[in-house]
Amino acid sequence: MTNLKTCLGGAALLAGAAMFAGTATAAETIKIGASLAVTGPASFLGDPEAKTLELYVDKINKDGGVNGKQLELIVYDDGGNANNARTFATRLVEDDGIVAMVGGSTTGATMAMVPVFEDAGIPFISLAGAVVIIDPVKEFTFKTPHTDRMACEKIFTDMKARGIAKIGMISGTGGFGKSMRDQCLDVVGSYGIEIVADETYGPKDSDMTPQLTNIKSAEGLQAVINPGFGQGPAIVTRNYRQLGIDVPLYQSHGVASKSFIDLAGDAAEGVRLPASALLVAEKLPDSDPQKAVVLGYKTAYEEATGQPVSTFGGHAYDGLMILVEAMKRAGSEDPAAIRDEIEKTSGFMGTAGVVNMSADDHLGLDLSAFRMLEIKDGDWALVE
Amino acid sequence: MQALFSHRLAVPLVIAALVVALSFALPSSFYLRVAALVWISAIAVIGLNLLMGYAGQVSLGHAGFFGLGAYAVAVLPAQFSLHPLLAALAGALVCGLIAFAVGRPILKLKGHYLAVATLGFGILIAMAISNESWLTGGPDGMPVSRMTLFGWRVRGAETWYWITGGLLVVGAWIAVNLVASPTGRALRALHDSEVAARVAGIDVARYKVRVFVISAVYASVAGSALALVNGFVTPETANFLHSIELVTMVVVGGMGSILGSVAGAAILVVLPQLLTTFHEYEHMLLGLMMMVIMIVLRSGIVPSLAALFQRRRK
Repeated sequence: MTNLKTCLGGAALLAGAAMFAGTATAAETIKIGASLAVTGPASFLGDPEAKTLELYVDKINKDGGVNGKQLELIVYDDGGNANNARTFATRLVEDDGIVAMVGGSTTGATMAMVPVFEDAGIPFISLAGAVVIIDPVKEFTFKTPHTDRMACEKIFTDMKARGIAKIGMISGTGGFGKSMRDQCLDVVGSYGIEIVADETYGPKDSDMTPQLTNIKSAEGLQAVINPGFGQGPAIVTRNYRQLGIDVPLYQSHGVASKSFIDLAGDAAEGVRLPASALLVAEKLPDSDPQKAVVLGYKTAYEEATGQPVSTFGGHAYDGLMILVEAMKRAGSEDPAAIRDEIEKTSGFMGTAGVVNMSADDHLGLDLSAFRMLEIKDGDWALVE
Repeated sequence: MQALFSHRLAVPLVIAALVVALSFALPSSFYLRVAALVWISAIAVIGLNLLMGYAGQVSLGHAGFFGLGAYAVAVLPAQFSLHPLLAALAGALVCGLIAFAVGRPILKLKGHYLAVATLGFGILIAMAISNESWLTGGPDGMPVSRMTLFGWRVRGAETWYWITGGLLVVGAWIAVNLVASPTGRALRALHDSEVAARVAGIDVARYKVRVFVISAVYASVAGSALALVNGFVTPETANFLHSIELVTMVVVGGMGSILGSVAGAAILVVLPQLLTTFHEYEHMLLGLMMMVIMIVLRSGIVPSLAALFQRRRK
């Protein structure tokens, strides 16, 4: 019993000591906070984001820091849980005394944290997808990833260029698929495209043949779009070929990873999807202004972690760099001054594209941020 | 001294003293928020403890009621512009009714079967919340409008600290009274032996349903409080892992102990915050500490320590 008490006491002391060590170095550093889904179901987002932030904060510090001061990154793991994220956000503001925040891997976590940073007046660059984060615009909240609405617009632009006017839609019912379906339905009208069949499937369904059969029999079908995430789209792609549907199939940016091609196999041939330039870094022509940035990030990340690069880590890179440049321009660590400079970001070249922010656009990306890719011979190919 | 501690009001008074004392000790609103989260979890855990610790029935779906309470204060004000307080009341009422309706068939089951049935029920609610996105905002969650009381906007960690602390004291007070009432004695009787309880003339089914309804209302109130504190709800509040977390709080703190419920909630809410400094080892350490606590303090923290003190004194 006494042994246990000393054990627990020791652990508590250790924890206390570690916390003190954390706060003791304060004075001459600039503190940046991050609350990311490093573990849990959304760890495919949070893990590369955390690694990217740590990697680049180290790099920046080795090169002399920002405004002559070293950066100090404080990362907490919220597991994608909104309640935890909210607690960590309060902790970062109240206890750690950060001057700016990068992260929030999921939309839920981000939305739960927004009031904390808005109240405290601390700039917050989110790494989550949904458009609600920046629409309506909130004074201190920004984000770096392109929205699902933009993915819809990119796909519809490509369809229009190919003379497609009647399409079928099959979407997943998970958060990603549902949100993108709504956005696509919202913008489809302005492209003169009509949705002649609208089907859905659950996140754990293993066969989408019935829904695709319905779509196949729709009158005048010219293409099919599949907003979805995870393995659903791979199954859709396989079923699509099995049913011998011969109109073009469009996938979303949600499946822009090598594992999609592996899962769908030969069926993926000819599938088109909008994706970040990061995916085709080597294939970009040398004249492309984005090539240096995406290739630089890809090489640095893969060298440091030994893992293939993902677009999510890229969002963290963009967020950190936008913040660092704003701090340099502001020449101070005053959160309000940093916020003003982030809003003035223009011509910033990130992994997601060129960022031009303004008072009523806290994302600052346009459609050129997405590249239209086609899968050819089991690899990505640029369509331009 | 002994008499003082065994008095019915001792437990709520101890909790009230704790709430007041901590308010002086906690330096910033981050700590106040963590404390408020402890009070909120403790409310749900007290309810669950009445069901598990006193009546001996397990529920692996209590986060379902918690989630319903949380979404009640998010959805009702947004859709029908109901006042959040009324919405919380409505949520508690609905949870009570649902618990009453499903209670009878479910509580006929025993042991593992009861566990599986409540688990299924909890998962059903979580699924409904994340699928009905037109109403609940789906997996991304939805905002909760801030509560106004007599023209005053309720906000800030300190305000919520006092509100949730007050709720906890009231909850604990109701719970100790319930335990000391004939209902409480009936519950303990059916915990020890359902057959014996029935022979003694206790309507076993009715008392089981009654305590199930009460514990559902506790969970719902806690859920509403959390949603109002956060100003945002996500379906995670209702999910299976949260149910497990609540059960763990009951067991770690001590089955059949109101103070234990607060201790269990405190440990599971505060430990992860302390352990963040260990980064990758956080989850491992948390698991290890839970195991050690359960091995050494077998009947939960508060009952085990209380027994220890009594033995020392003798």
